[in-house]
Amino acid sequence: MSDTTQQPARKERNAWFEADARLKRRHLADKRLRAYGIAAIVFALGMLATLVGTILVTAAPAVTQTMVTFEVEVPEGSVDPANPSGGSYQTMLNASIARIFPDVDTPRELRELRQLFSNGGQYQLRDKILANPSLIGGTVSITFPLSDIGDQLHKGVIDRNLPPDFRRVNDAQIAWYDVLVERGQISTPLNWGLILNADSRFPELAGLRGALVGSFYALLVCFLVSFPVGIAAAVYLEEFAPKNRLTDLIEVNINNLAAVPSIVFGLLGLAVFLNFFGMPRSAPIVGGLVLSLMTLPTIIIATRAALKAVPPSIREAAIGVGASKMQTVGHHVLPLAMPGILTGTIIGLAQALGETAPLLLIGMNAFITAAPDSMFNPSTALPTQIYIWADSPERGFTSRTSAAIIVLLGFLVCMNAIAIYMRKRFERRW
Amino acid sequence: MSATSLLAIVLILSLIGYLWGRASAASLKSTGQGMHSIPAYHGYFIALSCGIPAFLLVLVWLAAQSTVIDTLLIAGLPAHITDGVETSRMSLILSEIKSIAGGRIFGTPDPALIAAAERYNALRGTASLAMVVAALAVAIAAMSFARSRVSPEFRARNRVDGILRWILIVCSILAILTTLGIILSLVIESMAFFSRVSVFDFLFGMEWSPQIAMRADQVGSSGAFGAVPVFWGTIFISAIAMFVALPVGLFSAIYLVEYADKRVRSFVKPLLEILAGIPTIVYGFFAILTVAPFIRDLGTSMGLSVASNSALAAGGVMGIMLIPFISSFADDAISAVPQSMRDGAYALGATKAETVRQVLLPAALPGIVGGVLLAVSRAIGETMIVVMAAGLMAKLTANPLEGVTTVTVQIVTLLIGDTEFDSPKTLAAFGLGLVLFITTLALNIVALQVVKRYRERYE
Amino acid sequence: MASFETTMEAGTAMNETVKDAAASAAAVMPVGHETKISATKVSVFYGEKQALFDVSIDIPARQVMAFIGPSGCGKSTFLRCINRMNDTIDICRVTGTIAIDGADIYDPKIDPVLLRARVGMVFQKPNPFPKSIYDNIAYGPRIHGVAKAGSQMDEIVETSLRRAGLWNEVKDRLREPGTGLSGGQQQRLCIARAIAVNPDVILMDEPCSALDPIATAKVEELIDELRERYTIVIVTHSMQQAARVSQKAAFFHLGNLIEVDETERMFTNPRDQRTQDYITGRFG
Repeated sequence: MSDTTQQPARKERNAWFEADARLKRRHLADKRLRAYGIAAIVFALGMLATLVGTILVTAAPAVTQTMVTFEVEVPEGSVDPANPSGGSYQTMLNASIARIFPDVDTPRELRELRQLFSNGGQYQLRDKILANPSLIGGTVSITFPLSDIGDQLHKGVIDRNLPPDFRRVNDAQIAWYDVLVERGQISTPLNWGLILNADSRFPELAGLRGALVGSFYALLVCFLVSFPVGIAAAVYLEEFAPKNRLTDLIEVNINNLAAVPSIVFGLLGLAVFLNFFGMPRSAPIVGGLVLSLMTLPTIIIATRAALKAVPPSIREAAIGVGASKMQTVGHHVLPLAMPGILTGTIIGLAQALGETAPLLLIGMNAFITAAPDSMFNPSTALPTQIYIWADSPERGFTSRTSAAIIVLLGFLVCMNAIAIYMRKRFERRW
Repeated sequence: MSATSLLAIVLILSLIGYLWGRASAASLKSTGQGMHSIPAYHGYFIALSCGIPAFLLVLVWLAAQSTVIDTLLIAGLPAHITDGVETSRMSLILSEIKSIAGGRIFGTPDPALIAAAERYNALRGTASLAMVVAALAVAIAAMSFARSRVSPEFRARNRVDGILRWILIVCSILAILTTLGIILSLVIESMAFFSRVSVFDFLFGMEWSPQIAMRADQVGSSGAFGAVPVFWGTIFISAIAMFVALPVGLFSAIYLVEYADKRVRSFVKPLLEILAGIPTIVYGFFAILTVAPFIRDLGTSMGLSVASNSALAAGGVMGIMLIPFISSFADDAISAVPQSMRDGAYALGATKAETVRQVLLPAALPGIVGGVLLAVSRAIGETMIVVMAAGLMAKLTANPLEGVTTVTVQIVTLLIGDTEFDSPKTLAAFGLGLVLFITTLALNIVALQVVKRYRERYE
Repeated sequence: MASFETTMEAGTAMNETVKDAAASAAAVMPVGHETKISATKVSVFYGEKQALFDVSIDIPARQVMAFIGPSGCGKSTFLRCINRMNDTIDICRVTGTIAIDGADIYDPKIDPVLLRARVGMVFQKPNPFPKSIYDNIAYGPRIHGVAKAGSQMDEIVETSLRRAGLWNEVKDRLREPGTGLSGGQQQRLCIARAIAVNPDVILMDEPCSALDPIATAKVEELIDELRERYTIVIVTHSMQQAARVSQKAAFFHLGNLIEVDETERMFTNPRDQRTQDYITGRFG
């Protein structure tokens, strides 16, 4: 041992547990790093809480809908029983409104009075008569929404104590509204219209039905295409493919496809499905096809992981009893991998459900006031409906947008919960 | 007959083929002959041979039908309509004919168009009838041919395996076809765009105002397609996003891996991942509902002028979206550093912070860098947050309180509600799309390589 | 320095019988050392499970003490108590006292960071940091502020590498990554890294189990040289190794310390039946 140097003298032996300034600094740095970590997590979770909180708070007014009930007289002869849809229902409704406010007579006041009510009332009256023509000649009770301003006045979103110039209802309208409240004609039931109605220009009538149906069709198409194709591709790559440049290329390709921005898929859908194949614009089938191309890599990657997790001993056992490779995969490997595959599929579909940009490009942000009958009809989808509403200037749409977001998040939570449950339930340790 | 019910019929035919094949093979077997394959495989063979050709025929037919009919329709139009008409005008004429054929008549159309509409309906009727006949004919012919193969020596199982293997191959090639489709559609439309606007002007031009005049005499009618301000806006907003996401994501990952106890980790990690599962449209709404007004009020109270669609709001919210992305990549990378590295450092008397900074982070760096690159690619391609919260005006500014626009915002605004396919305005969107695709692809490839190489190091 | 031309001898030593090896180790054993580490009634719990039961032992200074015993017997667990590496495991709890030079290291006043600077550790698998050879050695002195970068640090690096017998092999490639060395070189690098902070005690947790016989021989020779300056505690599976390198041995079984003795005496004349069974290969 050739020692050339002497090391610096060690600190005093029996004082070695006494921390010097330098050590204090080192421990301080340690505490600092820990504090940064906690701060970062608090920030991230705080933002999550703020996001969820503000959405919940803004959505709260949309949970109920302020409705007004009127007894409407339908005089004999005002509606032709042979053609009941031709009746002038707005006139009848106006008449019953006028009976409650007999002293409102100038055209301006009448217009302001009607601004309190949604124009959906006449259709409800019509539908009741159409369903039961024997009501003609009697009195029909209808309950329909107040207009956006009436609704917000009732919910206190519009502050009645502000000076008139600063609120969107005038004093007369407030007085009329108070009369209706006093007469017990105002009620606030749960806002089922939000789910059951299709889209509308008027916030109080707008609902998510069209969007829900559209999203359902799009996801159906997405599932029908990406699930079988994704499994087939994954099975080939994992179980059959020889190691050559083509399969390498496919692998790299799939990994990269998973990271291509979604809007590029929208451009693909626009150029290929709409422009080249001439498929119908705004239709859920096109949306579904575009989404399936986006979901495919997710499903392939998940399926390959699930297949990899099946131990080779299973395959050897099946081959050992004389099964072909295809039978081995079909009878043993795939069923064992299925929970993992389904989990991945559900997560992929959940992503597809929230995807907006590609659907915008193929026109699924059209204004359509009826739910689509088939996947070939123009329609919106849940996220594009949120986009449309978020863009609408009416105040009432703000809370409806938040409510729609909650519906969307609700679906996502359910889908992810199912995926997590399946993962836990069927997780297998080999 | 609709394509859906036709496909259902083909499916039923395949089922019949299966039963038929199985029954014939079973009866052969009952005569005591030694069969190579069990009867069910003869059934599968017939079902596949009958179903697949018919199914493919229907798909190809549906894809080609509208193009063929349009060509026939145009060929049959009288000369006074088709003469000297551009393709864009032609597509308008076609859609007019189609709406007349659908019974939606506006004004009094040219009688030639009405005649064309009738012809269109007739053609469609013929076409769908022909499709049904052709599909059924193919299905039945294939079925009887396959049936004739059933014999004791016929290796049905091997044939079925072979067919299935081809189906699997075709499905995995679909991934390549998707990429090819993306590249082709972007390149072809971009070529059309670059034939009108030079590539140089597009990539290096400093002025972006793609609104082409509707009338020739309209003021400010010239569209400008210099995309530098748009690129700048994209980079700027992405940089703001990374400025938020990188420290927050990294520090939370360090805390979760090295400091937090198991309980905190199992509770906080899923919560962070929720941030990744929230659709971007929700972030966009959050930006315009909460963050942008907050930043504006804050700025105004400090005497600054803040645009309502400031780059800070869009970038900040995008940063929040990217936090879980960075943190989970950093988490994976730091966790993947072997425990022996930590032991080595602790045994020398290093504190946790020293271990993290000087041993773990350098060792995990490639993995973290890969994750950051993927996050940048995500930020560049992110659409809904910026569509809702960023501006429309292309501006070259480094002030985060002003509004800037991004590539994705421009693609969406150029394409929304506009179906006309030949205006430079629409085509410009594809030019931007091509740039976006190439950039993100390059980032992804580099990032995946880095991450992959890093994984290999510790496996 | 004593270089490693003795490799061949060490290699043949592998083939000698346990008894002969023990005898040759005993021949060089110095006598009459003061106690360096003194453990009293040390128990270790992992959650509910107790892994070590009331271990009391005195470890002499500047000797090699070997912990032997079948796997899972608690010898590594006890070793990791001596520099409080068990602190890094959340669910681990230690009771009893361990004193080094009379100071209880589980005293709350003791900073594990300082403790570990005095009690170095070498692990089963060589674990050089993914840094250059130089930076691997310099890491400890740097964080403890023993030396600033420059000639002082260069000296420490050289001394440590020389003491670990690695200097001649790596002096021309100090800037290359430590992970590029062979397994045996990596392990000696880790020993050099531990030496660089100038510890009193070096703990070695099966330091040769991942090495081939030739590398093992070099490390064993190194251990023998190191005991001039350092108190060494080594956990080993191999009784031949214990016999070759250690002066005292402690036999652990099922979390209990069964007996402590001069290595030679334990190997030739164990007091406990279990020790006897283990040494003669009846279990383990």
